[in-house]
Amino acid sequence: MPTTLTESSAGVGPSWDLLADLTDLFHYPFMQHAFLAGTLVAVVAGALGYFMVLRRQSFAGHTLANVGFAGAAGAALIGQPPVVGLLVFGLAAALGIGWLSERQGAGSGSGQWRQDIAVGTVLAFSLGLGLLFERLTSSYAGGIYAILFGAALGVSDRDITVIAITTGVALVALVSIGRPLLFASLDPLVADARGVPARLLSYVFLVLLAFAVAQAVQVVGVLLIFSLLVTPGATAQQLTTRPGRAIALSILLALFFTWVGLTIAYYTPYPVGFFITSCAFVTYILVRLTRLSVNALGRNSHSGGTEDATAQEMIMVERAAQ
Amino acid sequence: MTQLTAAATLSTVLPPFSWNLVQDARDMLAYDFMRTAFLAGTVVALVAGLIGYFVVLRHLTFASDALAHLTFAGALGAVVLGLPLLIGVFGLTILAALGMGALGQRARARDVAVGTVLAWVLGVGVLLLSLYTARASASNGSVGVNVLFGSIFSVQASQALLAAITGLGAVLILLVIARPLLFASLDPDVAAARGVPVRMLGVVFLTLLAVAVAESVQVVGALLLFSLLVTPPAIAERLISRPYRALALSAALALLFTWVGIAVAFYTPYPVSFVISALAFGVYLLVVIAQRFGAIALRRGHATRREVSTHAV
Repeated sequence: MPTTLTESSAGVGPSWDLLADLTDLFHYPFMQHAFLAGTLVAVVAGALGYFMVLRRQSFAGHTLANVGFAGAAGAALIGQPPVVGLLVFGLAAALGIGWLSERQGAGSGSGQWRQDIAVGTVLAFSLGLGLLFERLTSSYAGGIYAILFGAALGVSDRDITVIAITTGVALVALVSIGRPLLFASLDPLVADARGVPARLLSYVFLVLLAFAVAQAVQVVGVLLIFSLLVTPGATAQQLTTRPGRAIALSILLALFFTWVGLTIAYYTPYPVGFFITSCAFVTYILVRLTRLSVNALGRNSHSGGTEDATAQEMIMVERAAQ
Repeated sequence: MTQLTAAATLSTVLPPFSWNLVQDARDMLAYDFMRTAFLAGTVVALVAGLIGYFVVLRHLTFASDALAHLTFAGALGAVVLGLPLLIGVFGLTILAALGMGALGQRARARDVAVGTVLAWVLGVGVLLLSLYTARASASNGSVGVNVLFGSIFSVQASQALLAAITGLGAVLILLVIARPLLFASLDPDVAAARGVPVRMLGVVFLTLLAVAVAESVQVVGALLLFSLLVTPPAIAERLISRPYRALALSAALALLFTWVGIAVAFYTPYPVSFVISALAFGVYLLVVIAQRFGAIALRRGHATRREVSTHAV
């Protein structure tokens, strides 16, 4: 299993000399590569994840990650590198989801798009294709594992270069559509009225998401990329309503979870993915519980808390609109 | 991959396809594994087609996908902890369904709640899988792939019987609560005002969904279940707006896809879950395309008719 470190770090335990631990951690090139690739993936996932959560597209993100499985298996079938299949299938799925989505309440200009059915049907079909490709390439079970769980500890120098370039492209694209996308995500009705091309932006965002997932899947796997997309974004949204801060926070959280997960996994025989997802989930639950208790306390002392929040939200929307 | 080798060896012995369909049906049903496959497939299709319609109405697509993944983690967890499989699978899935119900009542809030829970469940699944493969022999590495994709051709008769009993039970309960559940799904506010126990129905339905998912994933795998749970109701919902007819069409389509898929897979080397999911998706695509072009044609028709009427005036 490429997900565990048992062989490579057997018998090494953390000491309380943190400096020694760090030198120890970065002693091996494979750990340096893992940290570097993990950092790049976490930055993209954190930034895109905030928008994904804001737009309520977690299911689409999950599906685009799962489509990678069919893509990689299909590429293996025709003897191409996995990244080709990941990109082609990811893009096809993104465009397909966009095309199949329906405006809710036929003919009404509510600006609400119903996407979950389109996503579900695409997911079911892509899994079916993945199964077919996997059966046709007789000896692919190992490859499936690499795609499902990633190979964070088997990243090469060339992989790092590729990931660095794609990360740069994704971030530049996100920054260039960031403002209108934020507007369209926060208030689709007003954005539509002001002439923001919400439908086009929705396609562009899905394609961007597919692109980011395709490049990350090779490193962190289908399962983990989803966790890095959804949980930091959801946690950041709980903590602040201001978009700029929330995006920064989401990136920081994704980085933090990745680093902590990699470090713990180095010292234990268990998979990296478990520690990163658990670290993220525990943080999310703690934040939600804290907010609930703070809200309860606030309601006891004075009842103006919720009105403050709505006022702040209004200001935020207005700012985004300008 | 026992079923792969089984299918490969079978295809050399199996009778070839003829255009005498009665003879074909007789050929297929001569095999024990085919009779079991048809029985299990019929039950799963019926359950998925009926429950799936409410899944689509209630915006629970993502939640049912998450529940299917959870079954996988539950099965592995039960094996690792040495608990009976049924406790792990049904217990965890029902618990999670109730948790989801509590976390987010509104569809929009639920997207994030389901997403974060699913992300963690996947991580736990990775851990359990590594524990499982560390304990079991290395050759068992494909267990995850089998749970994900399953195979209706390798279902055992006892499994099929259990699936039939739980499945029919779920269908019976669903039919009993169908009327108020439809009301509560289509217009929750009015239903609540009229005294329909909307919350209670939601919890009952989630439990039903959890039982159906847990039972079906064990038998036919997450992929096939999900194909039947989402795509036939999506087609039915597009074609018919009257709830009871749509419900019936959804179940009929799920049955049709399953039967045709099993028969096609019997005569071809393709995996049955792929054939069924491709069939369902193909029909869905055709319906969407027909409706899109139909809408354009209809609009053009209206436009010309209006022109004609203005001319007449």
